[in-house]
Amino acid sequence: MKKNTKLITISYLVLGLGALTMIMPFIWMVSTSFKALSEVFVFPPTLFGEKLLWQNYLRVFERFPFGLFFLNSLKISLVVILGQLFTSSMAGFAFSRLKFPWRDSLFALYLGTLIVPYHVTLIPTFILMRTFGWIDTHYSLIVPSMVSAFGTFLMRQFFLTIPQDLVEAAKIDGCTPFGVYYRIFMPLSKPAIATLGVFIFMGSWNDFIRPLIFINSIPKMTVPLGLAFMQGMYSTDWAVLMAGTVISVLPVLIAFFLAQEYFVQGVTLSGMKG
Amino acid sequence: MERFRRIIYCDNFWALVFLLPNLLGFLLFILIPILASFGLSFTQWDLLGDISWVGLGNYTELLSDKIFIQVFWNTLYYSVGTVPLGIAIALLLAIALNQKIRGVKFYRGAYFLPVVSSTVAVAVVWQWIYNPEFGLLNYVLSLLGIDGPSWLTSTVWAMPAIIITSIWKGLGYNMLLFLAGLQGIPKTYYEAAEIDGANWFNKFWKITLPLLSPTTFFVVIMSVISSFQVFDIIYVMTEGGPGRSTSVLVHYLYQNAFQYFRMGYASAIAYILFFLVFILTLIQLKRQKNWVIYY
Repeated sequence: MKKNTKLITISYLVLGLGALTMIMPFIWMVSTSFKALSEVFVFPPTLFGEKLLWQNYLRVFERFPFGLFFLNSLKISLVVILGQLFTSSMAGFAFSRLKFPWRDSLFALYLGTLIVPYHVTLIPTFILMRTFGWIDTHYSLIVPSMVSAFGTFLMRQFFLTIPQDLVEAAKIDGCTPFGVYYRIFMPLSKPAIATLGVFIFMGSWNDFIRPLIFINSIPKMTVPLGLAFMQGMYSTDWAVLMAGTVISVLPVLIAFFLAQEYFVQGVTLSGMKG
Repeated sequence: MERFRRIIYCDNFWALVFLLPNLLGFLLFILIPILASFGLSFTQWDLLGDISWVGLGNYTELLSDKIFIQVFWNTLYYSVGTVPLGIAIALLLAIALNQKIRGVKFYRGAYFLPVVSSTVAVAVVWQWIYNPEFGLLNYVLSLLGIDGPSWLTSTVWAMPAIIITSIWKGLGYNMLLFLAGLQGIPKTYYEAAEIDGANWFNKFWKITLPLLSPTTFFVVIMSVISSFQVFDIIYVMTEGGPGRSTSVLVHYLYQNAFQYFRMGYASAIAYILFFLVFILTLIQLKRQKNWVIYY
């Protein structure tokens, strides 16, 4: 394509304006979080207060166990990621490389559930958690998320791309199917596993409706639920609220900058869902 | 020993080993809940008393429930507000990003910030932006000589406010899907068109848009499906208010199930939602051939 300077200038203009719109709310969030309350309620608003005040952050931690929210979210996300990767890769292997009766019908059933909105299972899952006595425990957030039809589908699709010759060669060498899974398929699938891992992390870390329904007591809350709870309590103390918001988005944003490629791939995976 | 060896190499045995943990979870937390929800939608139950069978009672009640009808229209309003505009802006950005531009990674990163941030965090920040007296938005509007409304406390402006924030949050995601689609269009088409003397608009209208139609179609359907399921942002920003002006299907489902404890009624709402999503998915699967131009 010929270089068209006019078009490129317009492109820069559009992208720049867009990027500013994307970043501005984040700057506004950070700047408010360092202001004294008297500086928050001024018109016209200033970008930065007279000096950087850390006290809003201290207040967040004084009033709310944000550290605990973090540990809760981290624990839940980690267990869900590991669990879901384990169940998805195992079943994905069975669906892609083993022959057993009803295999294709069963897989079609898995696929069929992908189009069902998440909210349809909410009420029965709540009843089930209540029966198990898991309401207000982290089990209710961990155990039902250990299996996903989408993860299973994804791992199967990826495993199908691995040449069957490798499997045959390993079988001749006396490898059991578990050996094939563990020594060949898993090491070859690292990129797919990393991508799916990020995808699961995003879903688990940012999940809101399930913690909202299953968790009642403050020490058990996850980061998004804790933040929403805090917003309900201090709906006008914007400086403290913004400090809490900064704390809540910071870890994900750091992870995003460190592993942008995986995040982009992991998030776009959800486009395949449904 | 020989028998043991046969078991070790028998696929059925291994299939069971590999499948069991997944299958248990699938049955208990996915398949059975989906079926149970359907069953519950024909009953009346408050979690404590007895379950009673009401047949189609919940569904007929929904059809005459004024709140449900309003909530349904609100969902459509949200959908119509977010999808076309969000997609048009995302396409514009993707086309700009597909030019010979420096700093593609920077722009992609910037547009992805809202995508990776949690909806709750985004909603809280935007609540502050929408603050009528000291918020950023009304300040920017005042620079343009516009007297901004009291966004989230106004029955007229609360939904547009939520729509703006939703578009802002989802833009980077749709942009990325379009970018992938644009990069799939062979350069030779543009070169041939240039030899024939086509201008920028001709190329866009006759090449880019038709060849991008599979992506566009996919993005439209996916966006509509997800817009029907909006909840987090509305719960945090307005809790469906003021009045019922921003209450949507999932919000009403949540209220019925976990505030009014009408499990059967809420399940019926869930199945109406499922039905709508199902229709959209069918459209995507079946009509794709007719609406979309492949090359």
